Amino acid sequence: MRGCSSRSKSTQNQGKAVCMTNCPTLIVTVGLPARGKTYISKKLTRYLNWIGVPTREFNVGQYRREFLKIYKSFEFFRPDNEEGLKIRRQCASAALNDVRQYLTEEGGQVAVFDATNTTRERRDTILEFAEQNGFKAFFVESVCEDPEVIQENIVQVKLGSPDYTNCNTEEAVEDFMKRIKCYENSYETLDEVLDRDLSFIKIMDVGQRYLVNRVLDHIQSRIVYYLMNIHITPRSIYLCRHGESELNVKGRIGGDSGLTPRGKEFAKKLNQFIQTQNISELKVWTSQMKRTIQTAEALNVPYEQWKVLNEIDAGVCEEMMYEEIQGNYPLEFALRDQDKYRYRYPKGESYEDLVQRLEPVIMELERQENVLVICHQAVMRCLLAYFLDKTAEELPYLKCPLHTVLKLTPVAYGCKVESISLNVEAVNTHREKPENVDIHRTTEDALQTVPAHF
Amino acid sequence: MVGLPARGKTYISKKLTRYLNWIGVPTKVFNVGQYRREAVKTYKNFEFFKPDNEEAMRIRKACAAAALKDVAAYFTREHGQVAVFDATNTTRERRAVINSFAKEKGYKVFFVESICDDPEIIAENIKQVKFGSPDYIDRDVEEAMSDFIQRIECYKESYASIDDEKDRKHSYIKIFDVGSRYLVNHVQDHIQSRIVYYLMNIHVTPRSIYLSRHGESELNLLGRIGGDSGLSPRGLKYADALATFIKGQNIKDLKVWTSHMKRTVQTAEALRCQYEQWKALNEIDAGVCEELTYEEIQENFPDEFAMRDQEKYRYRYPKGESYEDLVHRLEPVIMELERQENVLVICHQAVMRCLLAYFLDKPADELPYLRCPLHTVLKLTPVAYGCKVESFFLNIEAVNTHRERPTNVNVSRKPEEALQTVPDHN
Repeated sequence: MRGCSSRSKSTQNQGKAVCMTNCPTLIVTVGLPARGKTYISKKLTRYLNWIGVPTREFNVGQYRREFLKIYKSFEFFRPDNEEGLKIRRQCASAALNDVRQYLTEEGGQVAVFDATNTTRERRDTILEFAEQNGFKAFFVESVCEDPEVIQENIVQVKLGSPDYTNCNTEEAVEDFMKRIKCYENSYETLDEVLDRDLSFIKIMDVGQRYLVNRVLDHIQSRIVYYLMNIHITPRSIYLCRHGESELNVKGRIGGDSGLTPRGKEFAKKLNQFIQTQNISELKVWTSQMKRTIQTAEALNVPYEQWKVLNEIDAGVCEEMMYEEIQGNYPLEFALRDQDKYRYRYPKGESYEDLVQRLEPVIMELERQENVLVICHQAVMRCLLAYFLDKTAEELPYLKCPLHTVLKLTPVAYGCKVESISLNVEAVNTHREKPENVDIHRTTEDALQTVPAHF
Repeated sequence: MVGLPARGKTYISKKLTRYLNWIGVPTKVFNVGQYRREAVKTYKNFEFFKPDNEEAMRIRKACAAAALKDVAAYFTREHGQVAVFDATNTTRERRAVINSFAKEKGYKVFFVESICDDPEIIAENIKQVKFGSPDYIDRDVEEAMSDFIQRIECYKESYASIDDEKDRKHSYIKIFDVGSRYLVNHVQDHIQSRIVYYLMNIHVTPRSIYLSRHGESELNLLGRIGGDSGLSPRGLKYADALATFIKGQNIKDLKVWTSHMKRTVQTAEALRCQYEQWKALNEIDAGVCEELTYEEIQENFPDEFAMRDQEKYRYRYPKGESYEDLVHRLEPVIMELERQENVLVICHQAVMRCLLAYFLDKPADELPYLRCPLHTVLKLTPVAYGCKVESFFLNIEAVNTHRERPTNVNVSRKPEEALQTVPDHN
């Protein structure tokens, strides 16, 4: 998996491509309603896609909503409701069908089958399906009896569900509690003995404890590691770039220059901003380049330097202006515009390489609580793409202007973003994809979208 | 550590310590059995471990206390960050003593319990590591086995596994049946998370790891460092020789890994099998010194050249990397090597030094000077608590690229002194 993504699509490196995952993986969630299955499914899917493993989730509840159109009440889920059971079985089958298509015909590597799957019978059906199709099954069970956690879940994600659009809060909560009850009697949790031959992770009490059984391969090991590092404690992540640098104003990329006077002004304003945010125990991270360190210095707090937060290495194009790159390497310049995510500067890096080297940062961000990351344009784009689930095509063009702080706060199944400009002027360093990316294009066409500079 | 004898506690302790030190976390093992051997000098038989042997109990408690005292000294005076307290620790009482000790000193405690009841695995353990122990040096195999089995029995009655209810506030991992299953509770911080990840990826299935550099390259011949050149004629010969050698080894399910650089890829091509390219296996980036000869480095960057000789592990080439950076980027490779079985890694001099240092537990000051000559395959096979190394020179001549630390590393040294140890080249 590690070598897989950076190799098979690389245009410049004519090497053999071998994939580490030799067969697709079917992740199967298990658990009563309101145990965080969908939260985990979506988050895991986002992470796997970001590190380059094509993943998709299949939420059976969604299939049910499409089939039924209108949700009346919890009675649909009663174990003696034959009609309901029939429909639910059909929905599960339809979802599995789509899983098969995704994994065998659409190039998917991992499918997340998100449903309660609380009976051994249902899980056996899934196992058969996986075996028939040559998929490896990995179960992720979430077990939780803490009424406060369950209540908070319901408030965060159920009240807003299409099922409860026309109910008031009390009605919705009451109905949902009864819905959970429908499953409780027939719930067969994954068992150390009975299920000893299955591959699974049982997550207990939102990550207090884990039982991990029979991890078979690399991807399962990575999934387990990820699941054991995420948490749901409320917190915010602040992302920003260093203050404006000397090379920024000259329109030069890369390098290791210091801050301009305006950049220093930003650092001061950043300090004030952080104070007003009143954040408990904020960690501050920078790269090992002067401009981020100088920015952090103004905060007068301890900060940690990460080499992997360094800006993308532009190789032979380091410290050049776009005009010079066009002048010296017009072919490379065009190739980059054709596939900005995968393009690797000669003797440098690609965005794809960046994502790989930033993975430990993401993992540690997941473990941490309140963090401010002072980094660089390409780096920030990669981190932002992870949090906002942006595709590889969009990632290299995400807008991350200087002197602007992005505050990311996890909410429901996603991330709330607040963009705060600290009102200090700076050059624009954002270069959009030009219309003409052909290698025979004219110089004007190539430089069409270069932002102004000195 | 927690667990009956012959459950792999010392194996895990040593391996974990080796890993943590390699990634830069100062770690040390404190094996209470060692303290006992020092106190008692001669081991008679299992009767020492009988639960009603009061005299022995006293000695054993004293040994544990002495070890804990040394743990404290390691943390406060020697700047240690992690101590691995390797003993059976099979009673709640003993574990309570450790917890109090840690609480008093402000240390975080993480328990690693190994649980296994497979008689085959236990017998294999005893064979691999107990027969060679100082305790059984004068015993024949059958005597030793019988005595050790009785030793284990001494512990069984009072063995209280970590309790999932009573110990729910403690941080621990329980390893069942050599990694078939794990129970992880209350991981507190980053290092505990890394420890858990590592423990969940290691295995004991016999296998070998083959390390080799690419065949001799064009730049090697010119005495130039770094770059991305192709193989020289001799390098190509080596690639073929490597293919023959590998075939001769008759390895089951061999995985082959290379870097993204031409010279390793070309070498792998001769094997005519699938291989996987890892960017993380690329040679150390020499920054402004890329493709220079040592003579040119001395001429253009004499200060940098001297500083590198002063501290080769931490020195970072301007706009390049240090060995320390290399270790950091190779960590996922090591993690995956732990997961895999038979693997051949075709890489580069600095990279191979880092990987070798991990397997052979070499410290940071030795790492940059480990000998990794061209056209030589190192076969590493885990055995007992360490790694057996076999070196195979495939009989194809190549330049020497190993530069020893010169005598004079002072910034004010003369060019001749700086270039004293540069190997010959064209």
